[in-house]
Amino acid sequence: MSTIIEQAAAPKLTAKDFASNQEVKWCPGCGDYSILKQVQTVFPDFGVPKEDIVFISGIGCAARFTYYMDTYGMHSIHGRAAAIASGVKALNPALSVWLVSGDGDAFSIGGNHFIHLMRKNFDINYLVFNNQIYGLTKGQYSPTSEKGKVAKSTPYGSVEEPFNPSELALGAKCSFVSRSLDRDPKHMQMVLKRANDHKGTSFVEIYQNCPVFNDGTFFAYSEKETKKEQAIFLEHGKPLVFGNTEEKGIRLDGTRPVIVDLKENGNSVNDLWIHDEHDKTKAHIIASFFDTTYDDVHFPRPFGVIYAEDRPTYEEGMQNQIDELVARKGKPSLDKILSGDKTWTIM
Amino acid sequence: MESVIDSPAGHETALINAESIVIRFSGDSGDGMQLTGTQFTDTAAFLGNDLSTFPEFPAEIRAPIGTTAGVSGFQVHFGSKEIYTPGDEYDVLVAMNAAALKVDLARLKPRGIIITNTAGFDKKNLSLAGYPEGVNPLEDGSLDDFTVHKIDVTKFTKECLAGSGLGMKEIERSKNMFVLGLLFWMFDEPMDYTINFITEKFAKKQDIADANIKTLKAGWNFGDHTEIFTTRFHVAPAKLPKGVYRNISGNHATAIGLVAASELSGLPLFLGSYPITPASDVLHELSKYKTSNVKTFQAEDEIAAICSAIGASYAGGLGVTTTSGPGMSLKTEAIGLATILEIPLLIINIQRGGPSTGLPTKTEQSDLLQAMFGRHGEGPLPVIAASSPADCFNTVLEAARIAIEHMTPVICLTDGYIANGSEPWRFPAAADLKPINVNFVTEPNGPDGTFLPYKRDERLVRPWVKPGTKGLMHRIGGLEKQAETGNVSYDAKNHEKMTWLRHDKVEKIADSIPLAKAESGNQSGKLVVLGWGSTAGAIKTAVRELIAEGHDVAHVHLRYLNPFPKNLGELLKGYDKVLIPEMNCGQLLQLIRAKYLVPAAGLSKMQGLPYTTSELKNKILELLK
Repeated sequence: MSTIIEQAAAPKLTAKDFASNQEVKWCPGCGDYSILKQVQTVFPDFGVPKEDIVFISGIGCAARFTYYMDTYGMHSIHGRAAAIASGVKALNPALSVWLVSGDGDAFSIGGNHFIHLMRKNFDINYLVFNNQIYGLTKGQYSPTSEKGKVAKSTPYGSVEEPFNPSELALGAKCSFVSRSLDRDPKHMQMVLKRANDHKGTSFVEIYQNCPVFNDGTFFAYSEKETKKEQAIFLEHGKPLVFGNTEEKGIRLDGTRPVIVDLKENGNSVNDLWIHDEHDKTKAHIIASFFDTTYDDVHFPRPFGVIYAEDRPTYEEGMQNQIDELVARKGKPSLDKILSGDKTWTIM
Repeated sequence: MESVIDSPAGHETALINAESIVIRFSGDSGDGMQLTGTQFTDTAAFLGNDLSTFPEFPAEIRAPIGTTAGVSGFQVHFGSKEIYTPGDEYDVLVAMNAAALKVDLARLKPRGIIITNTAGFDKKNLSLAGYPEGVNPLEDGSLDDFTVHKIDVTKFTKECLAGSGLGMKEIERSKNMFVLGLLFWMFDEPMDYTINFITEKFAKKQDIADANIKTLKAGWNFGDHTEIFTTRFHVAPAKLPKGVYRNISGNHATAIGLVAASELSGLPLFLGSYPITPASDVLHELSKYKTSNVKTFQAEDEIAAICSAIGASYAGGLGVTTTSGPGMSLKTEAIGLATILEIPLLIINIQRGGPSTGLPTKTEQSDLLQAMFGRHGEGPLPVIAASSPADCFNTVLEAARIAIEHMTPVICLTDGYIANGSEPWRFPAAADLKPINVNFVTEPNGPDGTFLPYKRDERLVRPWVKPGTKGLMHRIGGLEKQAETGNVSYDAKNHEKMTWLRHDKVEKIADSIPLAKAESGNQSGKLVVLGWGSTAGAIKTAVRELIAEGHDVAHVHLRYLNPFPKNLGELLKGYDKVLIPEMNCGQLLQLIRAKYLVPAAGLSKMQGLPYTTSELKNKILELLK
């Protein structure tokens, strides 16, 4: 009771309360600044005490994020943040655990931990700042760089296909798959809130501009001139509409997405594909239509919550099993454990 | 001493009182030799014998049937005296097939007893074992120096279970019980323990339980009623210290050592592990103790295993990871992280033959230098090693104490030999175990209410703060830290300072560990045998026998390998000669020579097998000349 009163009386935190005393050292113009700002802006709304929040990051420009949040945090080693965060959450499920990675950290060196975290479904929020390049090591192509990427280590272009992160996450049974971008603060705040509300592993891919090594890669989805044509913003229960004047829609013809012109006769918004976050089959199509060829039709890039599913978390499963065992068997004394079942006495 | 007794069947058998006996149960991987050996061992333990076991099995789960590659052995040495090794050579060899005889005959004592299942010596088995066409060792006189009992165990088992309703496969599977029953008769041991075991194990499969018990008794009766066996043996109880005992393997001792560490520190235990031979049993065993504040996590790989444990320690638990050589290599980077973070963490390496996949089911001590130095950068860590199956308990508990009280990862070494081997253990009472001090900091420790995560105490230990502690939010990481504040610092002088601080912190652990001393022999003299880890039993036996024979030899055994006990150099310099036997090319030897500049001699063995007493005695005698 007293706790409740005390909490109610505590003044609401502000974005500033979440800023640590460390100088932020990303390059000028880096998209990470915006992400940091949005996170610090929305966190007070979550109502979680600062001491109950833990940030775990790996290695890369994005991973420095941890040092800039006035919460608990660990800046760990390359690719392993997901595994470390799993241990934190397993030991103390009461903590609000956030992971910050870049595309190399999450999908390349940390690829194995990424997929297994998704599958296990710890209640952890995983923010991946995807800039499609290795920044901290000064400009090599990454596992999300487009095929043919000319970078330091690929002067003649890369020869491999990139990952489609949402598709990867869905394939790994992620229970919350979303995408946002650094240059759309409002959208990012919305997605961060949804991620925080979701119980289970929330994967938030954030397109992030690297002004030094990959400038403008995502401008097509953020700048006024192209945004409406190239991006589609998903809302649960709403039709898939995009275009400069919202004149285009996406309809499903069986399992095949089709772009229709709503200005043409007979095409009604009522016939469009209505976004259902809980439909996994459709989520797979949404996640992949932009990089799949359908008779050379170019599909827009989806942003928002692609998929959300309610499913028990790992730490719940772990704790429930323990509680059930304790209820059924009780806790043995240490003496009982030391002696085991079979003993004999030497007189 | 020999006495003649009348058996119930009326035929005369000699009952020989033996001081100690070594039996080797040997057969195909599917013949159930591990179970047979374990049952025999447990019964001997209940009768008060001291003992030591050595299970030895192939890396393949089912190697080609009947071949020498598929031979699985279980050696037990039990006696009325103190037993420290599974024995150099055996008195009795149970060979369930031709391959088993071929592999294990070499270490049978002269005039030893061979019990064979003749069904395993048919044309096909002889050929699979690699005997030339037409050669059968049971028939060609090559075993004339031994006492050979040729028994068609398979046939007797089938006859015994005819009409049991069981399929031929299940009937054949019971043949090990026939042998066990016969051995119980031969060694004057009751069947009760095994009957209880079978009844419990097959509580839900009554027909299988009945069949096994019937076959067990048939084996006993076979010994009792046929006049093939003229000799039985009796091994009197050992004069062990008074108390309550249990039998324990190293991996089980490791698991309950971890549970005890959790209870004694009050910290929840978290094991992050990935299956690997011979470490998996710790994960299996610990998974049974979930009601004791234990969480076990089978991670996606070795790296995730240690990283999850680091996360758990960071969150305020006792994080542990268990592995063997190849897994240890994969964890290396994360060990570096835990070293610079300065958080408690237990890394348990159950060593096996290496490098690479090497000999997964065989033992070796070749990861000592990896434990000492296997990190990038200067990454000093405490390293300790267990010396026997039961000692794994004490060692793990001590590792946990050092990790928690000194805020450091600790590498704890055991090996396949003691992990799978077992011995009687006079287990302690919980009340007699020393609590482990845990001091979670909840108040600021810096000026103006600030918190300094790397401010150290007089032992150079930094404070441990659990996330969730109000007002002490701070960030730690793998980048070099400014002394005290823990903020990222690339300052050159600061890095050197921090490097030395981490070094000195580990060195200071020497203040809280026992001094080294000779556990056998004099505290100075002609020759000391310095050992570490699982060689303890063989060295102790060899040294004590030589002392009894009048030689000036001593045995010092190390649990603490980093830091060494403070007096170790001084102690070693009190002997004319130092011999360091290891199951590697001389790793402790290098450390001792480098640190103390003593002209120590080494003895190496890398055969996947522990030292025999005679190998050690020969080397010691050579040096004493």
